[in-house]
Amino acid sequence: MLSPARSWREFPQRYRLEAARCTACGKTHYPPRVICSSCRERKFDTVGMPREGTVVTFTTVHVPPKGFTEQSPLEIAIVELKNGVRVMVQIADLADSRELRIGDPVRLEFRRIAEDGEAGLIFYGHKAVRAR
Amino acid sequence: MSVGIIGYGAFIPRRRIKLEEIAKVWGADAASYQRGLQLHEKSVPGKDEDTITMSVEAGRRALDRAGGLDPARIGAVYVGSESHPYAVKPSGTVVAEALGITPQVHIADLEFACKAGTEGMFLAQSLVKAGEVEYALGIGADTSQGAPGDALEYSAAAGAAAFLFGSDTERILAEVVATYSWTTDTPDFWRRAYMHYPRHGSRFTGEPAYFRHIMSSAQGILDQTGLKPQDFAHAIFHQPNGKFPIRVGKRLGFTTAQLETGWLSPWLGNTYSGASPMGLTAVLDIARPGDLVLITSFGSGAGSDSFVFRVTDRITQVQDLAPITRVQLDNEKIYVDYGTYAKLRGKIRMGE
Amino acid sequence: MREVAIIGVGMVECGELWEKSLRTIWAEAAVAALEDAGVDAVDHITVGCMSPGLFVGQEHLASLLADELGMAGVAATRVESACASGGLALRAGIAEVASGLSDVVLVSGVEKMTDVDGADATYALGSAADQEWEGFHGITFPGLYAMMARSHMAHHGTTSRQLAAVAAKNHANGLLNPHAQFHIKVSIDDVLASTMVADPLHLLDCSPITDGAAAVVLMPLAKAKDLAGRRTVVKITGSGMATDTIALANREDLARLRGVELAAERAYKMAGKGPGDIHVAEVHDCFTIAEIMATEALGFFAPGDGGPAAEGGRTSLGGKMPVNTSGGLKAKGHPVGATGVAQVVEIATQLRGKAGQRQVNGATVGLTQNMGGSGGSSIVHILEVE
Repeated sequence: MLSPARSWREFPQRYRLEAARCTACGKTHYPPRVICSSCRERKFDTVGMPREGTVVTFTTVHVPPKGFTEQSPLEIAIVELKNGVRVMVQIADLADSRELRIGDPVRLEFRRIAEDGEAGLIFYGHKAVRAR
Repeated sequence: MSVGIIGYGAFIPRRRIKLEEIAKVWGADAASYQRGLQLHEKSVPGKDEDTITMSVEAGRRALDRAGGLDPARIGAVYVGSESHPYAVKPSGTVVAEALGITPQVHIADLEFACKAGTEGMFLAQSLVKAGEVEYALGIGADTSQGAPGDALEYSAAAGAAAFLFGSDTERILAEVVATYSWTTDTPDFWRRAYMHYPRHGSRFTGEPAYFRHIMSSAQGILDQTGLKPQDFAHAIFHQPNGKFPIRVGKRLGFTTAQLETGWLSPWLGNTYSGASPMGLTAVLDIARPGDLVLITSFGSGAGSDSFVFRVTDRITQVQDLAPITRVQLDNEKIYVDYGTYAKLRGKIRMGE
Repeated sequence: MREVAIIGVGMVECGELWEKSLRTIWAEAAVAALEDAGVDAVDHITVGCMSPGLFVGQEHLASLLADELGMAGVAATRVESACASGGLALRAGIAEVASGLSDVVLVSGVEKMTDVDGADATYALGSAADQEWEGFHGITFPGLYAMMARSHMAHHGTTSRQLAAVAAKNHANGLLNPHAQFHIKVSIDDVLASTMVADPLHLLDCSPITDGAAAVVLMPLAKAKDLAGRRTVVKITGSGMATDTIALANREDLARLRGVELAAERAYKMAGKGPGDIHVAEVHDCFTIAEIMATEALGFFAPGDGGPAAEGGRTSLGGKMPVNTSGGLKAKGHPVGATGVAQVVEIATQLRGKAGQRQVNGATVGLTQNMGGSGGSSIVHILEVE
């Protein structure tokens, strides 16, 4: 579970999908980094990311970790967003996991990801839902 | 200066539970509940949905319909709910942060049973009208709870509606013609701190509470504006069940045709602070330029907020810019059984 | 650089060792290796252990264990790269000897995983993944490998039966290994019938939670030969280490273990050998798909052929390219920090001709491949008979 400081520092990425685009080579980093992984330059623009993407791979986790056991089974995927950046997200509102396929279009929606028990903080972020 | 809605949006969770599924567990006569309440099914939030998440999505849809507005220009955000995720820590700040509205913004959470949403709308439009802010967002959202086996369990549902107010005439899609609130201390429904479920005064919630406040507020705004029921294309009333909004609408002199577009409760349930606001989004989704629309909310405690809106020419350009409320209501449904419902609503006592 | 040889090996039986603490199992393995080597003093101790902190609340491990061996005063280093900590401990030991900094090095690995409950063990193991951008969303290690499996299946047509064949083979080998955690026969159908953990990985596709420790003693080759007399001397001719992105979302190709490819390239180059020269290999089968993907990355089989190779018996004990004669992580057990060293113990034993019923006849060149997390770190060693 994340401490208040640790979770707060990630809000721009979790809440607004903010990424860092290298001003030299244009590579988009999510999450942002200190040094560009492509060209090793150090200057970036803050950019948002599209919420539309496609499923690259996925799994149904039948034995979730602590804190997620109530949500079993968990559908988790790697989604490639329209700007080419890949993110790991849960897939929400899947009536039947057998329906999901590699290549399915999805949209990211704001959701509760986890909570630190009944008295701790609630952690928000995005999950993917199948676009129709 | 005219003030009006420049963007609106609604979010309905995808899960549903049928009334007979609940009735069967408590040994109740489903058919008689269905007849008595005029309810068939209601929305159920997932474990990962709450007032904040639904408000963010509804807010995004309102921004989409506002058409390319820099969210940082929004000067106030009000989230009205009776199921704020935290008892202390505002929903509004998470919503504003997610929508890119922070940091120069006024934010407060509101609570007034089912009318906290319209109260937020009133504050939003008033700040714009007073020239205090350029744009203001008022949201009504709830993931309301009903005690197991209680009558409210058949109707307590989840949803959100968001309205962005501004004064730039090229953006206004529905102008605020008038507002009127009628509020008294009437203890028809309440929840004490640390209690899980609300309690209510049974039949006392009818005539002395719901009908008295809605009739007074709606009649009040009609008197204030000199308008008559037949002047309106649509009227939306708070919908705690399927029956009450139709009954109060008819009493005031509205026809079924005027009431039916904003009437969502038989298939949605009662989304509390989202209830009449979501009805308003359904009306705006199909409204024509020039339409007059009346909305009167009701919140236990008790009070009713009324608005008269006049729909502008811009409405037809924006309806399709975000998901249509009725489409969300009717499509993409995932039905759950009572056991799943109880798990999702936190009604099962878990291990420590 | 001096050539480095292994002069002694030792390990404890892997399993749920309720009666033994971390320091006890480590010390038993260390003593076994020292006795096998016939030495009583070392210049340096390296310890591979993924997370004594999360599993038993103990940091400062290398110093603690040096004392445990009655060797307080000796230089000691703990290294970590998740499940590749053992392989990394070997590499650190090799560097000590090859550089001339040390003459005798005790290389060891240990993990005590059963002092915490299953959920806490999963949490500790999960710390090998990207905490913020993977763990945050509720992913588990079976989940990460399941995602890679799905990509591999989509790309190459690898089947669940092929994955299951790896588990069946490794359990067959485990039956022949006295140090293995499990001595049970498992069929392909048993694997497919076992409960789904993370689709498409079943329970029997996954390696277990295990307590264990293993150790080897290193010396410069010349000194080892003097000491060994007529015993077979095993030398380490190749060592390659590489990293890859930890987060799967940052990987270019989810059906490839690029880190293993790079580490193997480096080890093969150093040894002057290629995949075709390897007689026996210990490969990191934390999940069945990992063995399939690793055998492809090591160059034993073409991309996509790893599954058919397993199903067709090519990696079985009597096959063309025997993999995991020890039973692998699946049957022998996966005491995380110890695994990399246990692999070396197996290969050294094979090259010395001491593997009993699981001996690969005439094996003179062997390979170990140890991997951390979902492939974020990879270490490959090549061992040969002198």
